[in-house]
Amino acid sequence: MRPTLQFLSDQLIEQIIAEGREIMCKLGIEIHNDLALLLMHNNGAKVDKTASRVYFTQSLIDNALAAVPHAFKLYDVYGNEAVDLSGFNVNFTPGSAAINILDSTTNKFRKPTTQDYVRYAKLMCKMNNIASQSTAMIPSDVHEKISDSYRLYLSLLYCDKPVVTGAFTIEAFEIMKNLQITIRSSKENLKAKPLTIFSCCPTSPLKWSEVTSQNLLDCAAYSIPVEYIAMPLSGFMSPVTLVGTLIQHTAETLSGLVMSQLMNPGTPVLYGGSPAFFDVRYETTPMGSVATMMIDCAYNEIGKYLGIPTQAYIGLSDAKALDAQAGFETSLGAALAALAGINNISGPGMRDFESCFSLEKLVVDNEICGTALRLIRGIEPKEDFPSLPIFEELLREKHLLIADHTRKYFKEEDYIPGTVISRANRSRWEEEGSTTVGQRAMIEIEKHIKAWQPTNLPDNVKKELTVLMENESRKYGMTKLPNID
Amino acid sequence: MNILQEISVQLQQGNPKKVAEFTQQAINENIDTKTILDNGLIAGMAVIGEKFKAHEIFLPDVLLAAKAMYAGMDLLKPLLVKEGIPTIGKVVIGTVQGDLHDIGKNLVVIMLRGAGFEVFDLGNDVSPEKFLETAVKENAIVIGMSALLTTTMPVMKKVIDLAKERHLYGKKKFIVGGAPLSADYAAEIGASAYCFDGMSAVETVKRFTTTSS
Repeated sequence: MRPTLQFLSDQLIEQIIAEGREIMCKLGIEIHNDLALLLMHNNGAKVDKTASRVYFTQSLIDNALAAVPHAFKLYDVYGNEAVDLSGFNVNFTPGSAAINILDSTTNKFRKPTTQDYVRYAKLMCKMNNIASQSTAMIPSDVHEKISDSYRLYLSLLYCDKPVVTGAFTIEAFEIMKNLQITIRSSKENLKAKPLTIFSCCPTSPLKWSEVTSQNLLDCAAYSIPVEYIAMPLSGFMSPVTLVGTLIQHTAETLSGLVMSQLMNPGTPVLYGGSPAFFDVRYETTPMGSVATMMIDCAYNEIGKYLGIPTQAYIGLSDAKALDAQAGFETSLGAALAALAGINNISGPGMRDFESCFSLEKLVVDNEICGTALRLIRGIEPKEDFPSLPIFEELLREKHLLIADHTRKYFKEEDYIPGTVISRANRSRWEEEGSTTVGQRAMIEIEKHIKAWQPTNLPDNVKKELTVLMENESRKYGMTKLPNID
Repeated sequence: MNILQEISVQLQQGNPKKVAEFTQQAINENIDTKTILDNGLIAGMAVIGEKFKAHEIFLPDVLLAAKAMYAGMDLLKPLLVKEGIPTIGKVVIGTVQGDLHDIGKNLVVIMLRGAGFEVFDLGNDVSPEKFLETAVKENAIVIGMSALLTTTMPVMKKVIDLAKERHLYGKKKFIVGGAPLSADYAAEIGASAYCFDGMSAVETVKRFTTTSS
């Protein structure tokens, strides 16, 4: 039996959805996008163009819900299935778009560079519990107008896993789409085998900016999956109660859903978000707050109720160091999210309110993800009945270490973590250098990066990607891309 | 692959039947008994030990390989005795007097035997006299003592003190292990070494038997 977690009754879910829909219809949603306004208008919504406000109709919402896919899959750069976003399937992906990296040699925060990104992408190839990569950091050594597409380019070049990404400008979508079509060789192939998910974020309260709404529409036009990342802040930019925040999250997310499905019915989407319970002491948005995690798990239940696969920024930490806080916030979030069945869990590697990426934390979090994935496999009998034979064997042999039963199941009954997690007794730990988790993580990072092998993407495709990226960089005055190797 | 490599590979794969088959073949081909032992069986276990340390394989794999090693050793042992070739080392081991906890000790026994050592397992609740008398009788270099309780740990010192009384202290090596033990405690009571797990016990015994031979 797969263990699950539930915060909301069906009755409460229905009430929250009904309230969210009423807000969409009666108060309206501010959408700063002419094409979106036109689509809404043409499909029966009342549009106040001057105020960029759309008053949805119930049928518009119903039609979108009827059109949205209940599941979809992501495929790696070769076209192999890699991520199944359906039912209660759980997949982890790193947190994304950090503006800083924690430099492991100086232990200081700084802006990431191309070299940092390449190390990250190489490391991601070896993170066996993290199904997809994300464009985790924003390289600072390229023009800011290509910092979004350049991340995707590096990810596609150095790691074969599908990518959770996003564009920072309307213009960037073109190259980001073209990079994907180059890999898949046609728009149709890309539609058949999605390679990326684009994060598109409404602005709380109840608003879509021109950039994010246009990204959403552009993705829909190419059937590129989108995850809606509504970010209500309880007690600040949304009601302080979790239910009140969930109502707002519903309205913001469903408004995005309507736009996607109007633009291209059947566009795959994730019912996602990155809400937070606002910290009224430090004026921050804690991802490690238990209330934040509860909102995540609860809107996931709403998404599931609506038949839409889900996503959340959870399983990350606000800690600044790789310390106990980092461990407890990440572990609690990852475990709750996995139990709740959030399909795409964005978080590993991230600290400091989604602003700083850490390779050391990524390596540790990979073990947390493995632990959470084991947790949700639950407890099942495995040749345990009748039990007499195994106990007879135990009494006869005095131990079961080499029993067929043991050898068959010991690797799957527990999760066996890598050496970054210390399970040695104290004496052995001392003999091996009395290392901290951070030191062991650094050893793992270097080991994995050293063992990295180039992906099997054909050389001509890699060259094409580079030509596309070089052309894009020239538009912004860069004569060449940063040195990689 | 020559016959000795076959023995080593089959041992690493935990295949007792094949190890016995190839060992018998090597004997039939008149390959030197010690060469079969060193370059076939012990060479295979050495690879297993390294892989275990590197976390490439796990304890069940090690013990399965050990079981395969026994299959080969059963055939070699009469020849080794006949030819007067000593085993790679003898160990007397037990859980100290007053302590009935022997799970950890049993694991060490399995691993020592798997590494090719001749092990005299005295069980649990073993008196100081029994440890020493058995070591003398069997001409074992190493005496291994295990304890789980802080209340029974001091018996280890009694064994060592008795060895001093009987002028055996410099002639035998005393290794200790168990949950409440530490390297500091081992040094304090005059033990030769503290072993924190089965594999460290194997390595320590190897070190002591190599030195003494």
